Amino acid sequence: MGAYLIRRLLLMVLTLFGMSVLIFVMLRLVPGDIADILTNASGISDPAEKAKIAHELGIDQPILVQYGKWIGGLFRGDLGYAYVSEQPAIDEILPRIPISGKLAGMALFFAVLLGVPLGVISAVRQNTKLDYFLRVISLSGLSLPSFWLGLLVLMGSVHWFGTIPIYNSDPHGFFDDVAMLGLPAMVVGFRSSALIMRLTRSSMLEVLRQDYIRTARSKGASMIAVNFKHALRNALLPVVTVIGIEAAFLVGGLIVTETVFNIPGVARFLVEAILWRDYPIVQNLVMLIAFVVVMINFLVDMAYMALDPRIKFAD
Amino acid sequence: MRKRMAVAAASLAALVTTGLVTVASPAFAQKAGGTLHLAHRENPPSASIHEEATISVNQPFMAVFNNLVLFDPKEKVNSPDKIVPDLAESWAWDDTKTKLTFKLRSGVKWHDGQPFTSKDVKCTFDAVSGLDEKIDIMRKSPRRIWYTNLKSVTTNGDNEVTFTLGRPQPSFMSMLAAGYSPIYSCHVPGRDMRTKPIGTGPFKVTEFKRNEVIKLVKNPDYWKKGRPYLDAIEWKIVPNRSTRMLGFQTGQFDMTFDSDVSFPMLKDVMEQKKDAVCEARPTNVRSDILINRDAPPFDNPDVRRALVDTIDFKAFSDILSQGHNLEGAAMLPPPYGVWGMPKDQVALLPGHNPDVAKSRSEAQALMKKLGYGPDKPLKIKVATRNIAIYRDPAVILIDQLKQIYIEADLDPIDSSVWYNKIAKKDYQIGMNLTGGGVDDPDTFFYENFYSKSERNYTGYNNPEVDKLIDQQSAETDIDKRKKLVWDIEKKLAEDAARPNIGHNYDNTCWDPKLKGILLQVNSIYNGWRFEDVWLDK
Repeated sequence: MGAYLIRRLLLMVLTLFGMSVLIFVMLRLVPGDIADILTNASGISDPAEKAKIAHELGIDQPILVQYGKWIGGLFRGDLGYAYVSEQPAIDEILPRIPISGKLAGMALFFAVLLGVPLGVISAVRQNTKLDYFLRVISLSGLSLPSFWLGLLVLMGSVHWFGTIPIYNSDPHGFFDDVAMLGLPAMVVGFRSSALIMRLTRSSMLEVLRQDYIRTARSKGASMIAVNFKHALRNALLPVVTVIGIEAAFLVGGLIVTETVFNIPGVARFLVEAILWRDYPIVQNLVMLIAFVVVMINFLVDMAYMALDPRIKFAD
Repeated sequence: MRKRMAVAAASLAALVTTGLVTVASPAFAQKAGGTLHLAHRENPPSASIHEEATISVNQPFMAVFNNLVLFDPKEKVNSPDKIVPDLAESWAWDDTKTKLTFKLRSGVKWHDGQPFTSKDVKCTFDAVSGLDEKIDIMRKSPRRIWYTNLKSVTTNGDNEVTFTLGRPQPSFMSMLAAGYSPIYSCHVPGRDMRTKPIGTGPFKVTEFKRNEVIKLVKNPDYWKKGRPYLDAIEWKIVPNRSTRMLGFQTGQFDMTFDSDVSFPMLKDVMEQKKDAVCEARPTNVRSDILINRDAPPFDNPDVRRALVDTIDFKAFSDILSQGHNLEGAAMLPPPYGVWGMPKDQVALLPGHNPDVAKSRSEAQALMKKLGYGPDKPLKIKVATRNIAIYRDPAVILIDQLKQIYIEADLDPIDSSVWYNKIAKKDYQIGMNLTGGGVDDPDTFFYENFYSKSERNYTGYNNPEVDKLIDQQSAETDIDKRKKLVWDIEKKLAEDAARPNIGHNYDNTCWDPKLKGILLQVNSIYNGWRFEDVWLDK
């Protein structure tokens, strides 16, 4: 177990190093840099002005020097200065993380809360009207684009409540957060809940056909005990994997939802930083996302052990 | 056509009436206080007006600054004979009309408490014009071409400054009166001007949080006593247009971004917010076609002429703005524009013939003479920025080009490399938008058509036109100058230099409780001081 953990940790470090090289190089392969964009934004294309800006920002230095400075800075906790806002990158990134973190957390919570029970119900009531209804709901969750759903929710909010949730940078506690982020989280989480529900259903159907479930039923165990204690626990393994993957992919959904609901989180910020070729922001944010994904994968592996005591990792 | 004329006449009448009412109603019981909530369409590239060329910077940040002089904010039309003092109390030209001396207001303070002096004026224009490259208050100056005739700026004590020009230039005052010409302070570095600028204006910047919010608060030491009325202005940055509109409809924003409400959207906005006050006006932004005249096939004047002759302005206008865009030559046409060519003369220009079928048959004949036809079309690419307002007219142009045997593909270009591509002449045809900061031939012609201009993207070079541009620039008689301007417009049209497919015309809406708003009709860049605006809450 100990050796396995060390191997996993070393692999994580190696993955992150590879990611850092990939992010750094790919970003610079995209045509145009911040000097191009800043001059283009002013409608000018004077090479001298461009060179002056490039020199000021250090993007005229050899690529290896730039990479070394970035990685060296990362180890010192210095993320550099954002090109556009000219503020320390860390000051630009840090305040936005909790916003997207809360949104993603709520979305995932909503997805699990909706997806797992409905998946179980759908499996237990297989081929009934309720099952068909729930399957239609899950299909719609997978097929509705989140920008469309988001706009629909906003329009509905205007129509029925005469208002729309507008982000306030100074929320007064948990309920304020829920009021501001609840609807957007449901929009993001709806797609994930559909996936979780479908997977829970198919996984449950497979488990419900197992001999030990029949045995439990024949021994007189209650329906709740059979379904939730015996079946669900074993059906959850693939679901947990998907929840882990969904947590990582949630960033994609957040971009659209943060734009539609005007939430100043990291996802929307990242897209804009890419458009502006704001390297210090993009590099550090993508690295952070890579780190989170790698960590989630690690935690999912650990969760396997907790869920299924039969799983052991060889030393 | 008659309907469009009626709409235009009614709009103009409404605009003039609004203007007259505003001007003639000093007895309005203006209420002080309150926060104005506005939605911004995008994250502004910076807060430094001198370094940028977009309304996204002017609209929120003009209220932070003062100019030396200003287009009268109580007038609907920016005009050289309606310029009022701002930081300058008075001004006078010398007999040669090449020295312009301003007496400056005393006792004015920057937002950080430092005194404003003539040195700040010198600093600003030395930096903007490039007379002194070492000044660290800006790192780029897109309107340097405006000031090529400026030879020096000298101070005489703290309250007097003199601009010396190479030759008489009556438009110089109009340039100084533009929203693009605020006075910067010498002691604030460019980096701060881009992120949290210091001005002398009615509002101070308290926060400019990228992608989120711009917060301005009332400057309690503002030199104009009793102004501003508002306590604060809060701009929420809302890149999604639908969300902005819904926010306005539900009362979360008091006003839309300037010209943000297109005609197809207007009906919906008015239905959802029945008390909204909406005003349609030209934006002084035109859609035009960039032609690479240095490479085949458009190095051939006949191909250029055929391209111009196939343009159907009405089709562009009907599709893009439900028929509201204005047809004109290079300058914004009257009655909104001060300098544009009259309609009857525009109709005689290439590309403006009302009988489009006839023009097209002539264009087809030209193309056939060059060996092209239905079976042997000319294949080209139409490049444009990959943004809807650029792509939409490009797609219509592609459709119209088919009529004269030109088979074009759309080449959407990332904004970050658009001007590079154009500057490198790596295109055949480009669809572009060109905005005018001031409705003035000097700024417009020097920027876009003068051979030495950095922003003359197509590299258009006609010595005769250069000479005419210089000539009109020095002409002090307005009527004579207008005639020269029309001559230039005619030459540009004949040379197919950036043929335009319409002057844009859009709507801005606000809540009726917002008072004191007066939208100027010949530039969207100049009327955003917000010092006379108040909330009737």
